[in-house]
Amino acid sequence: MALDTAAVRADFPIMCREVHGRRLVYLDSAATSHKPRPVIDAVTDYYERFNSNVHRGSYQLAVEATEALEEARRKVANFIGADQDSEIVFAKNATEAINLVARTWGRTNLGPGDPVVITELEHHANIVPWHMLAAEQGIELRWIPIRSDGHLDLTDLDRLLDGARLLSVAAVSNVLGTINPIRQLADAAHDAGALMMVDASQYTPHLPTDVKEMGADFVAFTGHKMCGPTGIGVLWAKPELLEAMPPFLGGGEMILNVTKEGFSTAAVPWKFEAGTPPIAEAVGLGAAVDYLTGLGMEQVREHEVALTGYALRTLNQRYGDDITIHGPTEPAERGGVLSFEYKGIHPHDVAQVLDRSGVCVRAGHHCAKPLMRVLGCSATSRASMYVYNDESDVDALADALADADAFFIE
Amino acid sequence: MPDLEDLYREIILDHYRNPRNRGELDTPPAVRAEGFNPLCGDEVIIYVQVADGVIEDIKFGGQGCSISQASSSMMSAAVKGRTVEELQQFNHAFRSMMSIEPDPDDPAPTNGNSADVKLGDLEALKGVVKFPVRIKCATLSWHTLTQAVEEAQATS
Repeated sequence: MALDTAAVRADFPIMCREVHGRRLVYLDSAATSHKPRPVIDAVTDYYERFNSNVHRGSYQLAVEATEALEEARRKVANFIGADQDSEIVFAKNATEAINLVARTWGRTNLGPGDPVVITELEHHANIVPWHMLAAEQGIELRWIPIRSDGHLDLTDLDRLLDGARLLSVAAVSNVLGTINPIRQLADAAHDAGALMMVDASQYTPHLPTDVKEMGADFVAFTGHKMCGPTGIGVLWAKPELLEAMPPFLGGGEMILNVTKEGFSTAAVPWKFEAGTPPIAEAVGLGAAVDYLTGLGMEQVREHEVALTGYALRTLNQRYGDDITIHGPTEPAERGGVLSFEYKGIHPHDVAQVLDRSGVCVRAGHHCAKPLMRVLGCSATSRASMYVYNDESDVDALADALADADAFFIE
Repeated sequence: MPDLEDLYREIILDHYRNPRNRGELDTPPAVRAEGFNPLCGDEVIIYVQVADGVIEDIKFGGQGCSISQASSSMMSAAVKGRTVEELQQFNHAFRSMMSIEPDPDDPAPTNGNSADVKLGDLEALKGVVKFPVRIKCATLSWHTLTQAVEEAQATS
């Protein structure tokens, strides 16, 4: 059954607001999604009814807060097909989750010359942690190139994976929308003796996620792009890896015992969650998972394929050679992220003009400067869609785009 | 919302469409400096040739939005042939028009009052202040020029 976008929009309070006297046309969900009423209520409810610190109070409130945090972990585990709740580590965001792997597994297991393989379409979050390990420990960073159609060029995959210790790849590009062949890459990585990490930040909000089907060893994603609050992200990893990894940050919550001589760590996953965790945020993420489950992730994906197809057709029919949309042309091969260039007008200027009509798009390098270099531009405009968008939003974008001509086309 | 016409004044669009002093200079005798806006990926490259405290020639390159390109173009036209002291006065006057506090790292004008400086075409960028996100687009070329001139003076 198709998504009822009118009903979905009614769930998101922010959709009622106007921008510059116009209805909000929000096309920047790849940066962050809006929050439905149940998520906002869950966070408020947490603070109003059972706010207290977790895992150490013996009073009723603390018991309830602890149960709420662990219930959120359970919901996230179910949502991504994890076997056990303890495979879910809460982090601040996907960036921290990837850094956690680099700082713990990477520092322990990688040394000078050890290859880590990434791709040219990665977000900086899956580039810079490895650059840092290269500077500190001399690992070798290898890059899978992309083809002009926005897909990865896997011609040299075997050579790139030869001797590799880790392959780390975005499941969906935040610039091109490309859906990468994660299972195929994971199998190739494992055949080469490497582990597989997936940056699922643009995948988990939009497609049904099954970490076992992905064949991954590590999966990182963030809550705020999937209707959840900011400040909460997730690292999923195979239990044996989490057991063997040293702790990340040190402090309260992550210890079993502390003496003047040293410390011992708490069990997984708490070993990786030093300090008071983002409790309200986790509760909100749990509500977001419930909300998306209620919509049905298959339905979410179907909606986005249809809407992406409509957007590609509309923009191409209307603007022809005046618009260049990067990435795969087939909606089934991509997410609802459209990076485009319009009549050579700089994306900043395009975004500024669109804003006047209440149309929110991103302009810039989208934290993917190496990819921008490959595309041969310094920036793009990016429209990205989610459950609350419909054809009228695409039409508003297409209409407002023509306004840029008045300023920039002689 | 302030009018887009405040931001995209005709004189700005003219400098954007027909940039003055776009190009490169031989290094040496010129020096080259690069500036980046990490938020949006804009890049500006400034070539400047300084002799006896005078900006003898200036060219700019790089990629950026209409505001950053027009600002580079207007700046180059304003400072070419001026002394480094005059540049400092321009820089202060421009930054104050952009509502930016003086940068402690920038050399203060050694004489003259930056309030007396006539910014000319550059005045057209005043409307940018109403669009705070774009202020960095307008100031990037000035930062980069300051850097280039410091380097030129250090090596001369």
